[in-house]
Amino acid sequence: MTMLRIDVEKQLGGFALRAAFESDARVIGLFGPSGSGKTTLVNMIAGLLNPDRGVVAIDDDRLDDTEAGICVPTHLRRIGYVFQDARLFPHLSVMQNLDYGRRMNRLARDAAEETRIVDLLDIGHLLARRTGKLSGGERQRIALGRALLSRPRLLLLDEPLGALDEARKAEILPYLVRLRDEAAVPMVYVTHDAEEMRQVATDVALFARGRIAAFGDAGILTQAGARQV
Amino acid sequence: MLSIRVSLVATLVATPIAVATAWLLARRDFWGKSFLDAVVHLPLVLPPVVTGYLLLLTFGRRGAVGQWLAEFGIVFAFRWTGAALACGVMAFPLLVRPIRLSIEAVDQRLEQAAATLGAAPWRVFFSITLPLALPGVVAGMMLGFAKAIGEFGATITFVSNIPGETQTISAAIYTLTQTPDGDAGAMRLVIVSIVISTVALVASEVLARRAGRRLHGL
Repeated sequence: MTMLRIDVEKQLGGFALRAAFESDARVIGLFGPSGSGKTTLVNMIAGLLNPDRGVVAIDDDRLDDTEAGICVPTHLRRIGYVFQDARLFPHLSVMQNLDYGRRMNRLARDAAEETRIVDLLDIGHLLARRTGKLSGGERQRIALGRALLSRPRLLLLDEPLGALDEARKAEILPYLVRLRDEAAVPMVYVTHDAEEMRQVATDVALFARGRIAAFGDAGILTQAGARQV
Repeated sequence: MLSIRVSLVATLVATPIAVATAWLLARRDFWGKSFLDAVVHLPLVLPPVVTGYLLLLTFGRRGAVGQWLAEFGIVFAFRWTGAALACGVMAFPLLVRPIRLSIEAVDQRLEQAAATLGAAPWRVFFSITLPLALPGVVAGMMLGFAKAIGEFGATITFVSNIPGETQTISAAIYTLTQTPDGDAGAMRLVIVSIVISTVALVASEVLARRAGRRLHGL
């Protein structure tokens, strides 16, 4: 199992983030209200943001270690990222979007893996399309496929369903569960929706005002849910 | 035709430099940035004759750079290459401006997404930023080309008005208007320049529209 180890501090204006945990769960959920530091932490794992102090490591590979002066640039981390707004490349077709990570990493073409992921996400009928006229749910599935096909060792999902309505959420959620059960890649999953979290995550970190208030299995959501509503 | 060759060479050589400059101005913060910005715009605000004279001082046979380049057999003074240099320098600010604006308009979140997919910064630039900024690059090249075709003051100061070598269309028209019975010849060249400019304008419009459609993923 892949072990993700985090122990970081970051000051952003008046906001201070401080987070430390270790987990080898298949899906680590980051749960909490907006502005509690979830996205900041995910950006730090991706290397889009650098910690003021601390360590980010996958297994024994340190991606950030401020004391040792280590800071691996984003493109060398091999960490996939599915953003809330799919961020598909508008000048490329769906197929070219999916293929982008493979090209950039100079990986050999793997037709079997491509077919597996295209089938898993049901996007085969979209491949020749351009990205402009896709629905929100389709865009998000393609963003997911694009990230997976770059063969990451960890996948970050920052409220991947946040921009979708309830019907679309229900449409995508099964794919995410399937992904968890079938794909060998561990995930960090951000959401402020407790129901969504319960369905997807195996370990949960509870965020509140830049701190991790609790860490444990999905059971801790029940207490948290009661407290939040 | 000499003018077209001069303007094409000037635009094509200036474009990569302009793209690099525009990217620096749009995406980087560094010491002396406003100074670079000012230098880039200088040819736009200086009298063309001043720019031409400065080029003559620098790149002329006795100029600091000109002397050094002459050792490698590269001579600008009173050659068509000098006319291209003058046009390129004069066109440069017009190239940089739209390219810079279009690079600034490229969503940096797409560049971040590309990085998480394993693209090194220079590959992000060539696979995402530049294609998305293409309409601006086309617009800049068009403006630059138009400026180069029309360039008169700096060219004539730097490389004079030698028929067949440095006499661009503007200089030729000027010469003909100063010659008795030159009206017919001048009128011919006027028509030619109108045609060139119109064709360039339409071509850039078509290219920009096509690029714009691609940008919106249609």
